Amino acid sequence: MTAATPPTTARSNPPVEQLESYFGPQDLVRRSATLDQPAPERELTKVAKLIDVTRCIGCKACQSACIEWNDTHPEMEDFAGSYMNPHDLTPEMFTLMRFTEWENPETNQLEWLIRKDGCMHCEDPGCLKACPAPGAIVQYSNGIVDFIHENCIGCGYCVSGCPFDIPRVSKVTNVAYKCTLCSDRVAVGQGPACAKACPTECISFGTKDDMKAQAEERIAELKSRGFENAGLYDPDGVGGTHVMYVLHHADKPEVYAGLPAEPRISPVVETWKGVTKYLGLAAIGAMAVGTTLHGLMGRANKVSHEDEEKAEDLVETEEGTKR
Amino acid sequence: MKKRVYSQSGDRIETVDPVSVRRYGPWTRGNHWLTAGCLVLLLVSGLSFFHPSLYFLSGLFGGGQTARMLHPWIGVVLFLSFLVLFLRMVRLNLPTREDGVWLSQPGKVLAAKEEELPEMGKYNGAQKIVFWAMTGLIIVLIISGIMMWEQYFDGLVTIPTRRIATITHSIAAVLIICVFIVHVYAAIWTRGTIRAMTRGTVTGGWAFKHHRKWLRELARLDRAGPAK
Repeated sequence: MTAATPPTTARSNPPVEQLESYFGPQDLVRRSATLDQPAPERELTKVAKLIDVTRCIGCKACQSACIEWNDTHPEMEDFAGSYMNPHDLTPEMFTLMRFTEWENPETNQLEWLIRKDGCMHCEDPGCLKACPAPGAIVQYSNGIVDFIHENCIGCGYCVSGCPFDIPRVSKVTNVAYKCTLCSDRVAVGQGPACAKACPTECISFGTKDDMKAQAEERIAELKSRGFENAGLYDPDGVGGTHVMYVLHHADKPEVYAGLPAEPRISPVVETWKGVTKYLGLAAIGAMAVGTTLHGLMGRANKVSHEDEEKAEDLVETEEGTKR
Repeated sequence: MKKRVYSQSGDRIETVDPVSVRRYGPWTRGNHWLTAGCLVLLLVSGLSFFHPSLYFLSGLFGGGQTARMLHPWIGVVLFLSFLVLFLRMVRLNLPTREDGVWLSQPGKVLAAKEEELPEMGKYNGAQKIVFWAMTGLIIVLIISGIMMWEQYFDGLVTIPTRRIATITHSIAAVLIICVFIVHVYAAIWTRGTIRAMTRGTVTGGWAFKHHRKWLRELARLDRAGPAK
């Protein structure tokens, strides 16, 4: 079997012959709860998905494609005053169009902002940092952050670790789920299902460099049309992401259904996973060693024979006084 | 019958020659060992999530998934079990003036020169510290634990609060392990202590040396045990 070539677009049609995946466990750069993960021998070209929010028409073809490819079964929900459905990401819905009706204070115009939410595939993934189960979350050198479900223990630490509130733990399987960036499609040279399905070319896929270049062109175009603050969302706080947005209002990402302006792994999570572990283990170790040494070298606190005699005297005297 | 000040109902001098004193009845002992068993299981399963090098400990529970599922339930059992123990023991663990004097001279305590220290009731200052540290830490652990119990309470608090709950839970866990080590070691170092929680009795000499006020009160009270 020949190995697939890394995909540079989501547009191409699948090949007829069976291909071997072009990356695998040998390409891991990070593996959760693993202290000595060896550096991979080769470095793959970074891939990225570019979501041009300014082109989105809210058709949800991406959601449908995601459901179909991943064979998930999101529950049918009720209408709650918004086109957003389901009402949040779920273990069965890895991507979600978030609709915001925003009144632009500068123009007094109502703007309908639609952002496709889902895993951002951070270069510095908070979920992976927080995960206690070895190999349940991995990061490949092409930038994809993936959950390996058979290693997941369902503790929900990834939920605490994620700066974007993405992972969801299933009540049925007790395992965490999120967008995989269609790692299984990418592995055989195909782009993600959502990008393939998008009818307006709002979602593109390719190398990260290509996607950035494409974004630059689009941003220049948007600026020429009066969107002065158009820009790319590829936040530095998490080392950049492998899912990027073109935003018309890149100066205030929060208006897009709370997209964080400066996402980073919470300092609380960093402290918990950093100094707390070392100090904690050191404290426990010191206590254990200290007491053992005291036990071996020090003198035990023994009751003497006199104490026993004095006790008898005491008991007799006290009882005597009572009578 | 006189009012008990330094002893618990059930504490009594069982035999006089040699002196043997009932310190814990079977219910208290069962209560204690249930709590202790839970603590050990929580410690083992909790440590497996605490550091990658200890993850193998989850194997003792049949894997990470089972350890993750059991840990909070064992915590609930421990909490309830400790609550009973707390109610049983709290009165004699209230701090007194003598505790301050006793605790202000740790040198003498560690050198086992108890004759130079104030006489103690059923519990000395250090035992009371262990009691209250356990109480405080267990409250912190159960509250923070529920906040991070993904299976049933995933939406209870916001994610930023949950992060704080998680770090609080791990720090409290480290502290309770340290208190646990102190508690176990003190029981080993002070010879003759462990039988109080196994057989339920201690020798008169032990009571005289470590808890004289308690022994004095028991001697004054009616003896319920066999005659001399």
